[in-house]
Amino acid sequence: MNKVENNKAWFLVLPMLLLVAFSAIIPLMTVVNYSVQDILGSSAYFVGTEWFKDILNDSQLQQALIRQFIFSFTILAIEVPLGIGVALMMPKKGWRASLILILVTLPLLVPWNVVGTIWLIFTRTDIGLAGVGLRELGYAYNITRNDGDAWVTIVLMDVWHWTPLVALLCYSGLQAIPQAYYQAARIDRASRWAIFRYIQLPKLSNVLVIGVLLRFMHSFMIYAEPFVLTGGGPGSSTTFLSQTLTTMAIGQQDLGPSAAFSIIYFLIILAVCYCFYVAILNMGRDKNTSQPR
Amino acid sequence: MLQWMVWTLPTAAFFTAIAVMLFGMTLWQLWVPTIERKGFLPIVTTRGDRLFIGLLCAAYLHLAVVGFTDISIWFALGASAVWMAILMRWG
Repeated sequence: MNKVENNKAWFLVLPMLLLVAFSAIIPLMTVVNYSVQDILGSSAYFVGTEWFKDILNDSQLQQALIRQFIFSFTILAIEVPLGIGVALMMPKKGWRASLILILVTLPLLVPWNVVGTIWLIFTRTDIGLAGVGLRELGYAYNITRNDGDAWVTIVLMDVWHWTPLVALLCYSGLQAIPQAYYQAARIDRASRWAIFRYIQLPKLSNVLVIGVLLRFMHSFMIYAEPFVLTGGGPGSSTTFLSQTLTTMAIGQQDLGPSAAFSIIYFLIILAVCYCFYVAILNMGRDKNTSQPR
Repeated sequence: MLQWMVWTLPTAAFFTAIAVMLFGMTLWQLWVPTIERKGFLPIVTTRGDRLFIGLLCAAYLHLAVVGFTDISIWFALGASAVWMAILMRWG
């Protein structure tokens, strides 16, 4: 069969390229331009790398970055195993499967700021279920005073909101495993753990890449939920990176420093996501190469 | 020309360099398609992977030099270029 090479098809990608240029590339270029200048009204002065030096040495931002990493890795450590667990326990077919799917998906349909509001009411110490309940149990629960309470509440809120995403991804991954693998495992009298370790987990690695990447990016950019729930407080104990950035860019109109900050923020996300991507991709690759033997 | 999007000469040069690199890599790929191989990096990489890793390293090196030392940024640029060459050849 003669395969006709027609590279003109590449031109069909042009409209998409233009769209991406206007939605992502040009704004990013503008941010780079802003980051080396001091913008005052309509005039701009070139300041070189000054903003980058300031931002990198700003202790407030360094603390926000550390908090952000602790938060992101905490929720990943909870949501990924929990999501896999939930997916394993969900029924595979029948009306119960549909019902559970809907129930599990519900939190994903709630908009970010509404999630914050729901939890704000939930944790209120005068009318909220959690707030009043914990008070009745003898614990002086207060997210506006106690750092620990605020942290635990925000982590719980994120787990409630986003574990369903991991669970759904894993559920679809589990559904895609052919029955033959389970039959072979039964013949070998494999234990429940062995089935999970050598059949289900390897087959889930692809969806887990997507799950971990999405969850990391989302949580690293988290804004509305903690903003509504705690406003970054008490003090600045739950002020994460995006909130710091917003305060700087919109609150104080410091376009230059916030542009420099955005670029650093972007580079961190890029590097961490690339590391995750490469690590998980190579995990799968090693297994594939060692399987035929 | 430079007024649009508040361009400055350094940022324009930066993006031109990136565009030239991408264009050059495309031509190179058409000329001699890349082969996945394993160098001193712990992963199997293509030419594009190594360029990306090199650029990312360069960005972090520049940030470290600008943020935490008083060394000239040109030194960071030179070091990045050398590192990029090493990465492309033996990475």
